[in-house]
Amino acid sequence: MTFTLNASVPSRGFDVTVDVAEGRTLALLGPNGAGKSTALGLAAGTLRPHDGEITLDGRALAGARAGRRTVWVAPHRRRVALLAQDPMLFPHLSVRDNVAFGPRSQGRSRREATAAADGWLAATDLTALAGRRPAALSGGQAQRVAIVRALAAAPRLLLLDEPMAALDVDVTPTLRQTLQHLLARQTTVIATHDVLDALLLADEIAVIDGGRVVERGPTAEVLSRPRSAFGASIAGFNLLSGTWTGHGVATASGAVVHGYATQADMPAGTAMTAVFRPAAVALHLTDPHGSPRNTFRATVRSVEPHGALVRVRTDQLAADVTPQAVAELALVPGRAVVATVKAAEVDVYPR
Amino acid sequence: MTAPATTRAARRRATRDPAEVAAGLPRWAFLPAAVGGLFVVLPLIALGTRVDLTGYWGLVTSESARAALVLSLRTAAVSTLLCLGLGVPMAIVLARGRFRGRNLLRAFVLVPLVLPPVVGGVALLATFGRRGLLGESMEVAGLQVAFSTTAVVIAQTFVALPFLVISLEGSLRSAGTRYDVVAASLGAGPTTVLRRVTLPLVRPGLLSGTVLAFARALGEFGATITFAGSLQGVTRTLPLEIYLQRETDPDAAVALSLLLVAIAVVVIAGTHHRATP
Repeated sequence: MTFTLNASVPSRGFDVTVDVAEGRTLALLGPNGAGKSTALGLAAGTLRPHDGEITLDGRALAGARAGRRTVWVAPHRRRVALLAQDPMLFPHLSVRDNVAFGPRSQGRSRREATAAADGWLAATDLTALAGRRPAALSGGQAQRVAIVRALAAAPRLLLLDEPMAALDVDVTPTLRQTLQHLLARQTTVIATHDVLDALLLADEIAVIDGGRVVERGPTAEVLSRPRSAFGASIAGFNLLSGTWTGHGVATASGAVVHGYATQADMPAGTAMTAVFRPAAVALHLTDPHGSPRNTFRATVRSVEPHGALVRVRTDQLAADVTPQAVAELALVPGRAVVATVKAAEVDVYPR
Repeated sequence: MTAPATTRAARRRATRDPAEVAAGLPRWAFLPAAVGGLFVVLPLIALGTRVDLTGYWGLVTSESARAALVLSLRTAAVSTLLCLGLGVPMAIVLARGRFRGRNLLRAFVLVPLVLPPVVGGVALLATFGRRGLLGESMEVAGLQVAFSTTAVVIAQTFVALPFLVISLEGSLRSAGTRYDVVAASLGAGPTTVLRRVTLPLVRPGLLSGTVLAFARALGEFGATITFAGSLQGVTRTLPLEIYLQRETDPDAAVALSLLLVAIAVVVIAGTHHRATP
């Protein structure tokens, strides 16, 4: 493992063990106050563990036993870059100098640092902004520059703390795309309460609640079949993976799911995931021949209460239906049903 | 959001946008505000009316006046540098340090602000004077501080230092440490962070603190006359010269006073302009 964190901070009710393999992205998913920021603070070196150890590339960054510090590496020597909710670009420096700050601080000459910054800006289509001050950038531009600045520091571990939270909804898809591209080979921990961030950016998810990891696993598994209460309350999405046909996502089971693609002009054959809520799914005993473009022939696997509704799991997907519907359709495990979902309820993302 | 550039732009908008309505301003406040403004400005105007313009040049270029002016500018400049060298680290320690007794320490550091300057002078004598706490051992080493130009600088630094510390510490506190955390995570060591991030971000506070310290040093009287005495060319700064002349030649005192006011105005206007472009 490239990064391991096994630490407790009793004053914050925090006791977490997570690890991330080289080049992978781990999402810490949880509600506010769950301990996500504490985990990032421990890795970045703004917080000290009471007990435990944090390592990166086999090197101990911080360690403590019963409140007594055994190892401590200063934040600037950790090669752990932090990207906060706000871009936090240095307001007195131009975009270029902001990006050059990392290389320059790590001992490169002014010319080398500037050249490195220009290279990064060119690679991310931000060259036009190089001479601007942060105050002259939009929120989305500033956050993109902040990401590039963090990566230009060549961190061994990148920490993202709710990177989309402070942005307008209409710029988040672009930024997610930028991140998806840039984080491909970067070892990353991303703290978020947004399932979509986790879905699109993370290889693995650790659900944190009350300062503990309550669930851990590959992204698709945790999001489609959450085992923890918090995971179920925010996730429980239907995720159908397949390849893009130009009109919809062709899944392994042969179905083609139509939906709203967040990105136009995806070439056919691109790996895509269709996402929709169980509440958007209707169940029928026979083919309704109606307007919904997506129909799935499925077999009921389990029926369990989910809030005021009932969650019906089938071999294909999950549906939240009313107790009346369960009674009318006599939904029991083994029953064959036809599930329908309107195309307008389905979002389609590249994976 | 908290970026100085943004707030500056906001300030510009607030003063220049004709559509903006002033908020949080009761109408009656204008009257006492105007009285207060007059109270500050009127004595300066009165000072101006008392100046004998025909003999002004002669009065301010007399041997003793020139010596006092040069001494004042020199000592105030050195004191300001000393205040910067000591005050910046003090402000950082007070604003950022996490140790017990910090509030108590801050209270002590600010004592010269509320201390009558004469008392400060007496205290300095008790420290650096011939029989003072440090003075005795310094004398053994061949250093005699009291009643020298060094004493003037010490007295001025003593009274001016808290102005710089309090102004800069306030700026550091309101700036917070979030930028510093980000800078460190990019690989910048604490000194680099201070030089390239922290101090540039608190530049307005640093500038205004420096101006305040310089102005206070330039106007220092009580501690100087008590601790350094009044020797022409050695310890007799402009305020001391003005006080001395007031008894023998009131016209000269008024002329020199006006000179001091002019210097203060130039310094404040110059730095204020640069602090808020």
